[in-house]
Amino acid sequence: MTDKFSPAGTRGIHDVGGLDFGAIDRSEHPLTTFERRVDALTMLMIGPLGVFRADALRRAIEAYNEADYVNLTYYEKWVRALRILLVEQGVLTDEQIDARIAALREKAGGVQP
Amino acid sequence: MQNNDHGHTHDEPEVHAPSPDEPPPASEWEFLEKALSELLVETGVIEEADVQRMMNFTESRNPALGAKVVARAWTDSGFRDRLLCDARKTLREEMEIDVGTIAELEAVENTDKLHHVVVCTLCSCYPRNLLGTPPAWYKSREYRSRAVREPRIVLKEFGTVLPSDVSIRVLDSTADLRYLVIPKRPGGTEGWPADRLEALVSRDSMIGTALASDPDSK
Amino acid sequence: MIEPRFAPGDRVHVDTRPAERHCRTPFYLRGRTGVVEAVHGRFRDPDRLAFHRPGLPKHYLYRVRFDQVSVWGEAAENSADVVVADLFEHWLTKASPGETAHAK
Repeated sequence: MTDKFSPAGTRGIHDVGGLDFGAIDRSEHPLTTFERRVDALTMLMIGPLGVFRADALRRAIEAYNEADYVNLTYYEKWVRALRILLVEQGVLTDEQIDARIAALREKAGGVQP
Repeated sequence: MQNNDHGHTHDEPEVHAPSPDEPPPASEWEFLEKALSELLVETGVIEEADVQRMMNFTESRNPALGAKVVARAWTDSGFRDRLLCDARKTLREEMEIDVGTIAELEAVENTDKLHHVVVCTLCSCYPRNLLGTPPAWYKSREYRSRAVREPRIVLKEFGTVLPSDVSIRVLDSTADLRYLVIPKRPGGTEGWPADRLEALVSRDSMIGTALASDPDSK
Repeated sequence: MIEPRFAPGDRVHVDTRPAERHCRTPFYLRGRTGVVEAVHGRFRDPDRLAFHRPGLPKHYLYRVRFDQVSVWGEAAENSADVVVADLFEHWLTKASPGETAHAK
């Protein structure tokens, strides 16, 4: 196909209709606790709390670079977008989040990524 | 993604506060989830019970619920007509199912000559307030890219082969509508009660990548 | 009350402009010609909602049917198959009666 992904907005990284990414992996696993929690947190923000719209979640994910869009799992993409949108909406700050992650890592044994 | 906390069951109490002996986060993203959860609770945006309630709600919407809707449509033509005409109102009034405010729901019917299959080429739009969270393959680039261009080859990968005189309608969920496929009722099920028919209605048959099961298989 | 610009049966052409910001008109349908099947009513603008705006003004949303052949040309699997998408009015223009936009 000549239809390349384009940062100029011609075809976004998410806009894949008509391309060919090969055989479909139909294997399934029950959602993990992490996945269920990210799903629920996001749905709370979109639904009852109205912190942001589903459109904003999609927009945040569409802005990832190709490597992240392809390599992050579905709910990894969501939780990263959740952070972006909570900060955008002034619910939490980057400083708060970074400090909490550092504290959690220390508690877990100081493991660094 | 690694997460070994599979200990939960549907019988667990509604509110399950993280216990001190829970395994620590195993990835950058699990740390982020835990940090966001804690901060949202501490700042009073949500309570932990809200998260548990939302998880329970999501699990209460699953293919078995969709199968009840389909079996009712198969056995009650008035219901079927109202469902096709106004799914939101019909499900609310006749089955006490609220399809939520995020999107509209529309039911479409497969027949001898017409087969619907649903995809979302742009993200992963899915009738989750009826069927629950979508399967992994539905969210994959492989399915999303190919289903609109070569639906017959894709269906064949799912073991679904349609005669060439059956037209395919691929529904790309691009905007504010979510689609529920009412699969064609299998032959040989005349007189079956709804609860027996439900067993023939798989999740994939309500997406359109499969047909309803053959009655001989049940 | 703002009336919809198109009615069921109208042939419509999907704009080819680049999708800036957040867009729900898929690339593969841009430049194609389809037939309006239904008028869904007016919905908030996803591009504005995506940036925490109220999504106003609302736009009419239409169900538009495209012949697979008109989208994919000779690569289409079956001449009777169609693809259907829900598209916003501000991406559509009226197509001339005989116009078809076959894939190259």
